[in-house]
Amino acid sequence: MKPTDISAPDYFHKVVDCQWACPAHTPVPEYIRLIAEGRYSDAYMINWRSNVFPGILGRTCDRPCEPACRRGRVEETPVAICRLKRVAADFKDDVKHRMPRPSPKNGKRIAIVGGGPASLTVARDLAPLGYHCTVFDSDPKAGGMMRTQIPKFRLPDSVIDEETDYILDLGIEFKGGQRIDSLKKLLGENYDAVFVGSGAPRGRELEIPGRKEAAANIHIGIDWLSSVSFGHVEKIGNRVIVLGGGNTAMDCCRTARRLGGEDVKVIVRSGFEEMKASPWEKEDALHEDIPILNFMVPNAFTHDNGKLTGVTFEKVRAEYDAKGKRNLVPSGEPDQTVECDDVLVAVGQENAFPWIERDCGVEFDKWNMPKVDTTTMGSTNPKVFFGGDAAFGPKNIIWAVAHGHDAALSIHKLLSGEDITERPLPEVQISSQKMGIHEWSYDNDVSSDKRYKVPHRDKVIALKDIRAEVELGYDLKLALGEAQRCLNCDIQTVFSAPLCIECDACVDICPMDCISFTENGEEADLRGRLKAPSPHLDQDLYVADGLKTGRVMVKDEDVCLHCGLCAERCPTGAWDMQKYLIDMTLAGTSCQSKARSAA
Amino acid sequence: MTYIAKPKFQHPGLPKNDLGFTHRDYEGKVSTLCAGCGHDSITASIIEACYELSIEPHRVAKISGIGCSSKTPDYFLGNSHGFNSVHGRMPSVLTGANLANRDLIYLGVSGDGDSASIGFGQFAHSIRRGVNMTYIVENNGVYGLTKGQFSATADRGSKNKRGLMNTDNAIDLVAIALQLGASFVARSFSGDKTQLVPLIAAAIQHKGAAFIDVISPCVAFNNHAGSTKSFDYVREHNDAVNRLDVITGRDPITVDYAPGTVQVVEQHDGSKIALRKIDADYDPHDRVGAMTFLQKHAAKGQIVTGLLYVDPDSDDLHAHLNTVETPLNQLGEKALCPGSAALDKINASLR
Repeated sequence: MKPTDISAPDYFHKVVDCQWACPAHTPVPEYIRLIAEGRYSDAYMINWRSNVFPGILGRTCDRPCEPACRRGRVEETPVAICRLKRVAADFKDDVKHRMPRPSPKNGKRIAIVGGGPASLTVARDLAPLGYHCTVFDSDPKAGGMMRTQIPKFRLPDSVIDEETDYILDLGIEFKGGQRIDSLKKLLGENYDAVFVGSGAPRGRELEIPGRKEAAANIHIGIDWLSSVSFGHVEKIGNRVIVLGGGNTAMDCCRTARRLGGEDVKVIVRSGFEEMKASPWEKEDALHEDIPILNFMVPNAFTHDNGKLTGVTFEKVRAEYDAKGKRNLVPSGEPDQTVECDDVLVAVGQENAFPWIERDCGVEFDKWNMPKVDTTTMGSTNPKVFFGGDAAFGPKNIIWAVAHGHDAALSIHKLLSGEDITERPLPEVQISSQKMGIHEWSYDNDVSSDKRYKVPHRDKVIALKDIRAEVELGYDLKLALGEAQRCLNCDIQTVFSAPLCIECDACVDICPMDCISFTENGEEADLRGRLKAPSPHLDQDLYVADGLKTGRVMVKDEDVCLHCGLCAERCPTGAWDMQKYLIDMTLAGTSCQSKARSAA
Repeated sequence: MTYIAKPKFQHPGLPKNDLGFTHRDYEGKVSTLCAGCGHDSITASIIEACYELSIEPHRVAKISGIGCSSKTPDYFLGNSHGFNSVHGRMPSVLTGANLANRDLIYLGVSGDGDSASIGFGQFAHSIRRGVNMTYIVENNGVYGLTKGQFSATADRGSKNKRGLMNTDNAIDLVAIALQLGASFVARSFSGDKTQLVPLIAAAIQHKGAAFIDVISPCVAFNNHAGSTKSFDYVREHNDAVNRLDVITGRDPITVDYAPGTVQVVEQHDGSKIALRKIDADYDPHDRVGAMTFLQKHAAKGQIVTGLLYVDPDSDDLHAHLNTVETPLNQLGEKALCPGSAALDKINASLR
């Protein structure tokens, strides 16, 4: 194998699995260390820079970081990264003075359609640079789906208000209650750029017999959730069926439990394991006595005199073809009718762009989705950018934030006369953590604690009050314990072959058998000759040559604990523990292209 | 030395031996020796060899004297018996323990000071008696604990860290062990585990006095230019006569060697060693030839490593003394003290 080029920013970025997996590339280990130090405000600001909504995401994020967490490969469970983010938000001091100041306007105007996470991210990135940002939303307050679709018992209004205010206070013009119904008209108002972050606002229908006749008691999940959120709906029947297996279905069933639903069931087509909902959301639903019935496909709503009486289901089972593709086939059992008073349909969301005229330069594909570049977020109209669910269909908040950053960068480059396809490299700060012979400026002792559970409000009380937040968040003691579980994957093991005397001290001390000194070879061959098995091919091998014996040093990054023992046991300092702080370059002064800064 | 304990986590895919142990289960406490000490690599090799042989830790007694090397039994086999004895007195403590309980595996761990200076006599007698043991000398040529004076194994003409020349002749423990009749004699290098681990495994399986001299650079006091026991010097002057694989039932050797290059040696207990010849003329069964070979190469400044001599029909002290199969410590008082009538009978037979 070729020696690893550790100067390429992506190499060590990938080693920080959580940060690499986060769409917004939040420097996770850095903020977890700050939490352990009690520096909650600093931890919050690191999050705020990357993901804009730490308090909101600390409660609701889909957490792609956690399945990626190295700790999950070392023991059973990853670090509770998401809930630690909430700790930073819960325990921070007043951070208002640390927010960017509104700056003198540069005379350029940006129209932002929709007031959700993608839109607010664009506004936050651009306003401090002097852009005049106008955000339009049909709802009176900013937040988009975070405010309308996520139940208050998961995400209180106060948290949304605080974090949307940080952004709106940057001198952003927010036009609530103002729905944009024509892009053409908006473009006619001579904005320098338009960002579309209007979400995926339409709940998918379930067109089966009885749908029309029993319509009074059949509700589309996301519409129903937002009606609940605005106080338009305050109760539901005693027996409720929720159709669908995603996170919206979980929100629906738990909300129904709080509005008078005593017998609430979730019924899904697929198997329980394949449901789209996050495992922890399923757990929360089960905990609130909501059974989840699987392999049942609804085929009719039953009704009597225009009143819904139940849903009939066909029983199916999963069959896998040669390619491993799943098919649901009838199991042969008789259909089953489940009686109910109300049905909530949460079988997916769709985009809807009736307000974008097809002749204003924004091209659409055959699925009626705008053609959007995945890097620049630009559409075929050079002035119009997309992000969040509006860009590529329903995803989640953290993806919306990532899209917002990318779009803001593109808009800033566009309006600075630069090529928007040329993307800046991340900012990387490297510093050795060595303080003394065996001392490091990070806590390198590895905690063997198991994942700490987040305390929940008592179920009886929680089910009585739809606004009572169920998760109480970690207290400081639990937070410290959980923070210590982080393996500090951003403190990188950096090897210098010219200093190495090949004494094997690092090989002998490494608790995870990560390091081997061996003859070089092709990757597959090399992986078979390492000190310990190397089954995760997506985890890189760090290869260094230039050793006196002609061998190579190979380190499998897979399960390295970043405990620094290799560096402590190294007599010559050939191993060093260096912190790689990798920060994505956002729209702003330091994102000018390399060519430009060199000139 | 390190400030933190080695984390308990281990690689999830770590292979297990016949007993269900990983090599981590054979570790001891974290080493307090200098970072980079060759002795730590020997520790790791002993761990690896015991893991590969699926040895039950409670069947091992590790016995040492005084010195950096004699500290190391604390760093391996944390669940085995141990005795950190007086300086240079490991061999007699080991001999006594072996006589009392012949069922255990005896690992004698010593250094060049402990075995070639203060304990030279003890070393010699344990070898000539053929005590069933694996005697490992972690040989760095200096007194590391007292800041790097030349030891008795330092080569004449080699330089210490301050540049002073050693004017005394060196004791070659391998040559002495051969001369004293050790039935398994090997030399290796702490920086070459692929050679060292199977040597230790074969020595453990050997019945009789197995001696391994392991050159182990002292990173603090003997790893400079002018030293003959530095990483660089040993790597440059290492003349390996053979490489070996210990054949255990679990892992039969499957590697194909060119015909004639592999010699299978069956030891007394039925275990087998596959010797890959590097030096075609070298015969590991020829004790006199080995001594000559060693001297010739030493004169040229080469360090001969590998399995230098093995007697496949070896015996041990218990065989010489014709002791009972049952370990003495398991015999009851009646058997050990049969009474005056039995004594009278013995006395009568000697008249």
